[in-house]
Amino acid sequence: MLSRTAESLFWMARYLERAEATARLVEMGRRMAMLPGAYGQEEWRSVVAAAGAGAAFDPDARIGEAEVCRSLILDEENPSSIRACLDHARNNARAVRTAITAEMWEGLNDGWRWLGGVEAATIQRDLPATLDRVKSLSALFRGAAQTTMLRGERYDFLSAGAFLERADMTLRLLDVKYFVLLPETGLVLDSRDRYRWISLLQATSAVRAYHYVYRGDFSPSKIAHFMILNRDFPCSLAFCYSGLRAALGRLANRYGVRHDCHATVEEAVRQMQDREMDDIFDEGLHEFLLDAIRVNARLSGELSRAFHF
Amino acid sequence: MFDEMTGDGGGGVRAPYGDIAAWIEASGIDALRRHTAEAEAVFRRIGITFAVYGEGGDPERLIPFDLIPRVFAADEWRRLERGIRQRALALNAFLQDIYHRGEILRAGIVPERLVYRNTAFEPAMVGVDPPGRVYSHVVGIDIVRTGEHEFQVLEDNCRTPSGVSYMLENRECMMRTCPELFRSGSVEPVDVYPEELRRTLEEVAPPACSGDPVIALLTPGPFNSAYYEHSFLADLMGIELVEPQDLFVDDGLCWMRTTQGPQRVDVLYRRIDDAFLDPLSFRPDSLLGVPGLFNAYRAGGVTLCSAPGTGIADDKEVYVYVPEMIRFYLGQEPILQNVPTWRCSHDDERAWVLERLDELVVKEVHGSGGYGMLIGPHSTADERAEFAEKIKRDPERYIAQPTLDLSSSPSLSETGIAGRHVDFRPYCLIGRTIRLVPGGLTRVALREGSLVVNSSQGGGVKDTWVLAE
Repeated sequence: MLSRTAESLFWMARYLERAEATARLVEMGRRMAMLPGAYGQEEWRSVVAAAGAGAAFDPDARIGEAEVCRSLILDEENPSSIRACLDHARNNARAVRTAITAEMWEGLNDGWRWLGGVEAATIQRDLPATLDRVKSLSALFRGAAQTTMLRGERYDFLSAGAFLERADMTLRLLDVKYFVLLPETGLVLDSRDRYRWISLLQATSAVRAYHYVYRGDFSPSKIAHFMILNRDFPCSLAFCYSGLRAALGRLANRYGVRHDCHATVEEAVRQMQDREMDDIFDEGLHEFLLDAIRVNARLSGELSRAFHF
Repeated sequence: MFDEMTGDGGGGVRAPYGDIAAWIEASGIDALRRHTAEAEAVFRRIGITFAVYGEGGDPERLIPFDLIPRVFAADEWRRLERGIRQRALALNAFLQDIYHRGEILRAGIVPERLVYRNTAFEPAMVGVDPPGRVYSHVVGIDIVRTGEHEFQVLEDNCRTPSGVSYMLENRECMMRTCPELFRSGSVEPVDVYPEELRRTLEEVAPPACSGDPVIALLTPGPFNSAYYEHSFLADLMGIELVEPQDLFVDDGLCWMRTTQGPQRVDVLYRRIDDAFLDPLSFRPDSLLGVPGLFNAYRAGGVTLCSAPGTGIADDKEVYVYVPEMIRFYLGQEPILQNVPTWRCSHDDERAWVLERLDELVVKEVHGSGGYGMLIGPHSTADERAEFAEKIKRDPERYIAQPTLDLSSSPSLSETGIAGRHVDFRPYCLIGRTIRLVPGGLTRVALREGSLVVNSSQGGGVKDTWVLAE
């Protein structure tokens, strides 16, 4: 397969994951800002920071839903906005039109055309519907890939991109919010903290899944466990690394060659299996997250070197 | 005026249009409009658009699709087919000749000036022998009809004629939206085209290739107006769609960068202009292209389809001599006629043209896409004055032809079914053998009275039928 094709598939998947993650972040911000006594400013600021768009906002300026929506949904200049992500995903898809199935292309193209015609005023009027549509477009694409795409090297590069980006978004979300999860200082738990924790779960569409696994018990350590070490939760770091390992492993079998990225992802998976949440807290959650972000960046670089893109 | 369905008007529906006329009658306008809307929705969803960047508006436009097919009877096609093959052969023989001994020039049939001083003549190709002596592997010939038996060639496209994806998609779309039309099995299928193209390309594998040739389609990239067609054809042929940056030349061979390292490419079906093929040979200032590609081609390491320098054969002034080429190389009389053409570079012809600007169509020799044309009968006095100035200033750039009474074909218009002018472009494939799929692209000028069928000027497309014997 052409290296450029592999690269485009990899980035197409990354951009679509990112568009979906951004939609969930905005959803989280919206819910938090509606809570009584909420610190709307602070919440929206962490939303833009997690979306990687913090630099676009003046640190002293007031930001609210309108500004965030404009920047994170429609602003083509902001590289992490949903529109920019869909543009990039579609450009990549168009460049490798023959490498994806008609169903995948149509799903993506329909979504792109829809967002291209949406006005800022419409989004403000019905934000939840807009965000749902973004999520369902990504679900449609992923479903089309699942059911129509040949399980060959193309699929492997597509899944590698998806898992790497999802791991990245989980990490960025945790990095912005990690202080919420630091062990209690012995003070009485106030309801605002509780909502902040829940907001983390909302940003990964996982409130119900969390309840199912841990029952109603919200604790920072369990939430952190869920998002980092839980092997069944599709947005957890452990799950994403396993998925990435599987995709890269299939490529190694296919090509009969292993590269640096294979060793790196093996090590990342092992870390997730061997560690306990308490160890991570002891060593410092923030340091752990920074390390993981570095590992992700390294993986991305090693992957493109290994496959010549 | 000749109408494809009713002929010269007197005698009712022509035989090949029997089914179509009955179908129009039975469906009614509303159903036809509904089918058209369905068809357009399909085109847009699949992304069959052509890109027009830098003109504002939607950069990805849809070519309007007219639902009512254009039909050729079996015997009409037999004659067209012979004429098309004859012309494609003669054009390739001409290219082989002028890049070698130049017999047709020595014989005084084509003026030397016209070839050697033509910017489309590629000196680097002199003495090069392409595999199978084929220069133009896909010849698209634009044909117009002016009467029951009068077919004329408007121009030849020897480099990289586009539009064949519409021939395939229009049929696909018709079969999907109006399956009842195909039940009787009287329409020749066109869907073998990608296979035939692949075979043609395989046949011209370079001397350095042993075993199954690896073929790739070279595209300038997604911003090219015909990109959809490039990806569509690559997909149907099961070959890689490559951009210049995917290729490199090493040791006289052409390679593509793949996830498993370099892989040999034997044949490049290139849909990219000569100027952007190889910066070392053609345009040193160009950042595009594959350095060393032309040398690899000359040394027999890779085949370029079409060959560089093929454009000389579809030059609008060289066109005038194609009937002579047919007589000279094939010893036959041309089956398809040329449209009479006046060359503004000749003093007497120019004077004649300038007196009759209001009757003639004036075209740029190197123009395409329907741009830079003057259509005399539809022009204003100011436009004619402006064109007269242009011609006097730069006579070599222009030719003139009579305003043809193009045949019309029933089409869906705002007011109902109405005749609209059409032309026809078949795609003739030349490898070790000549192949011609029974069909082609019919373009239709959807504006009432308009003679310009180019998609950039409000033209649309139709499915084109060749009826089985």
